[in-house]
Amino acid sequence: MSTRNECIGVFAVAVCAAAWPTLAGAQVGAPGLGQPVSVADAAAWDLSIQPDGTGLPAGSGTAATGAQLFATHCIACHGAGGVGQPNDKLVGGQGTLTQFQQVRTVGSYWPYATTIFDYIRRAMPFQAPESLTNDQVYALTAYLLAENGIIKAGDTMNAQTLPQVKMPNRDGFIMAYPKRADRGRR
Amino acid sequence: MTKTTNPAHEVVAGNGLLHRRLFLTQGAAVVGGGLSLLAAQPVDAEPLAVPPWMKAPGTHMSAYGSPSKYEAATQRFVGGTPNVVGSGVSFTPHHKLHGTITPNSLHFERHHSGVPDIDPAAHKLLIHGAVRRSLTFTVDSLLRYPTVTRIQFLECAGNSGGNLSPMPPQAPCGMIHGLMSCSEWTGVPLALLLEEAGVEKGNEWVLAEGADAAAMSRSVPLKKLMDDAMIALYQNGERLRPENGYPMRLFLPGYEGNMNVKWLRRLKVVNAPTMTRDETSHYTDVLLNGKALILTYPMEVKSVITSPSTGLALKGAGVYEVTGLAWSGLGKIRRVEVSADGGKTWGQAALNEPVLSKSFTRFRMAWHWSGGPATLMSRAIDETGAVQPTRASFIVERGERQNYHNNSIQAWAVAASGEVSNVYA
Ligand code: HEC
Repeated sequence: MSTRNECIGVFAVAVCAAAWPTLAGAQVGAPGLGQPVSVADAAAWDLSIQPDGTGLPAGSGTAATGAQLFATHCIACHGAGGVGQPNDKLVGGQGTLTQFQQVRTVGSYWPYATTIFDYIRRAMPFQAPESLTNDQVYALTAYLLAENGIIKAGDTMNAQTLPQVKMPNRDGFIMAYPKRADRGRR
Repeated sequence: MTKTTNPAHEVVAGNGLLHRRLFLTQGAAVVGGGLSLLAAQPVDAEPLAVPPWMKAPGTHMSAYGSPSKYEAATQRFVGGTPNVVGSGVSFTPHHKLHGTITPNSLHFERHHSGVPDIDPAAHKLLIHGAVRRSLTFTVDSLLRYPTVTRIQFLECAGNSGGNLSPMPPQAPCGMIHGLMSCSEWTGVPLALLLEEAGVEKGNEWVLAEGADAAAMSRSVPLKKLMDDAMIALYQNGERLRPENGYPMRLFLPGYEGNMNVKWLRRLKVVNAPTMTRDETSHYTDVLLNGKALILTYPMEVKSVITSPSTGLALKGAGVYEVTGLAWSGLGKIRRVEVSADGGKTWGQAALNEPVLSKSFTRFRMAWHWSGGPATLMSRAIDETGAVQPTRASFIVERGERQNYHNNSIQAWAVAASGEVSNVYA
C-alpha cells in the first residue's frame, strides 16, 4: 500500500510542478470538482457482478422459465437451444479447445457463472439491452447452464446459488497478470 | 552535383539493402547521385503547359476541412458481425498513410453495440466502490482539470489475427494490421481523480464501464491507473470523435485496445477482477494445450512494413524506400532491422525522430531492388530488449488458429513483376 501512496504523491507533485510552479503538495494538483453521491444513488448505475457473487440482485429463476424467455427474446439470433447462427453459439463445444476449430461457448470456455448474469443483463437481447427483469435474467442464466449440462434442469439460480456453480473450464486459465504486464511473454 | 556513389558500396544486407546513413543528413543527395545513373532518362515528351488551376481563383475557405477529392479512396475497411448493426470493426489503411499520426477520421474502430449518440451535458463519470467518497464528474468539470498530452498507439488485441490462419490472407496491409492507430491524446491523469475519491486499502482492481448499449466493461489493475492512465478528452487536438469515445474514454498506454473503454461512465474500485465477458469469453489467448492466458494486457514489440506491401506494386528495378511502423506496449523502440532475403540477413533501418514510449516509430530503409524475387521483413527490438518473434516461433504454443496478441513478423514477397503478396517466411 505504501508504494501506491508514494506513487500518488510523486505523481501529483510532478503535475503541480508543471502546471502551478508556485504551489506544492499532493492536494493542489486538482480543482476537486467531483460531486459526492450517496452509495445508494451510485448503486442505481451499478451493473457489474464479481465472481464471488458481490453485486447479484434479489430474484431467482429456473431453466423452464428461461426456455420460454429464450424462445421469445434470443432464438432469432442464437438459434433453437442456443446452437448458434446467425450469432454466437451459446451451448456445446466441450473438448474442442485443443482442436483447430475451437468452439468457445458459455459451456466450454467461460470460467465463471456470474459472468453470464452480468453479460445478459447489461447487453442482451442485443437490440434491447437492460430490458429484462432480474428474475428473467436469472431464468435465462439457469437455462444456458442447464442446456450446457452444468446444472440440473430443476435447479433454481439466485444470488446464493449462482456463485456456487463450478464451470467446466474454471481451471483452464493461466493468469498472465502481473508477470506479463511487466516483462512481456518472456 | 554531389559525388556519385555506387549503391553496391552501401549494401548492408542481402538482396540490395543499403546503409541507413543514406537517409541521414546529406544522405539523400548521395542516394540521388547514385541513382541518377539508373533513373535520369528523359521521358516527358509533352510540353510543360500552365495548369487550369493557375488561371482562376480556387474555392473559398471552409469551416471544417476534408481531404482532397482525389484521395477519396483512402478509407477505413469496414467489417461487421453478421445479422446486427453496430458490432464489428473498421481498419486503418496504413498502406496509404505515412508519418506516425493517424488522422481522426481513419482511426480504427471496434464497437460491440454501435456508437452511442451522447449529449455531453447529460453525461457523467461515476467513481465508486471501495472509495472514501463516491463522486460524479461532469464533462465540463473534467475540462477544468490539469491535463497530460502524449502521442501513443492503440492496438486491438485481435490485430494481425488473419496472419495466424493456415494460408496468408492476400489483403492490403491495412486490412491485416489496421486494428491499430496512433494519436496525440490529451486528458486528465486518472491518479488525480482516484485520489480525490480516496481509494480504500486492499483494493487493487477497477472495473471500467462504457455508456454504449453493450455497457462494455473491463477490469484494470489499480496500479496501471495510478501509473500512466488518463481520461482522454482530446484526440489530435480536437475533442474525441464519437467512434472513439466522445465525450471521454479511458486511455491505458500500451494495453490492449479493448481495455481503453470508450464513452466511459463508471469506474468501480473492487478487490478482484470482475471477470467480465470481454475479459473471459474474448481477449484471452488459447494455447494448443487447451489452456488460455487471461489478463494479457500489454501489446508487445512489433513492426510492419507498410510500403511496399500487398497492392503497392513496384514499378521497375531501382532504389526504393522500404518504410513501416514499429511500436511496443512496454516502452520505446530501440532498433528496427529489415531483411530483403526472407530473414537470412538483416540491415538496420533509420528511425524517424522522435522515438516515443508506447508510440508508433516510423522506420525507413533504402533498398536497391535488382528486379528479381525478394522477401521483405522487418523485426523490431524494444528498450526492454524484447525482440519481435517470427511467425514460426509464435505459432509453436498457439497453433495456426484464431487468437489474440499476434506480434509476429510480417513478410511481403516481391515478384519479378513487382507485384507484392503476403507470405509466411
Ligand atoms: C439481434 C440479435 C441478438 C439477440 C436477439 C440476442 N443476441 Fe446475444 N448476441 C448477439 C451478438 C451480435 C453478440 C456478440 C456481441 C459482440 O459483438 O460483442 C451476442 C452475444 C451473446 C452472448 C455472449 C457469447 C459469447 O460467447 O461471448 C450471450 C451469452 C448472449 N448473446 C445471450 C443472449 C441472450 C440470453 C439473449 C436473449 C435474451 C440474446 N443473446 C439475444 C446477438 C443477439
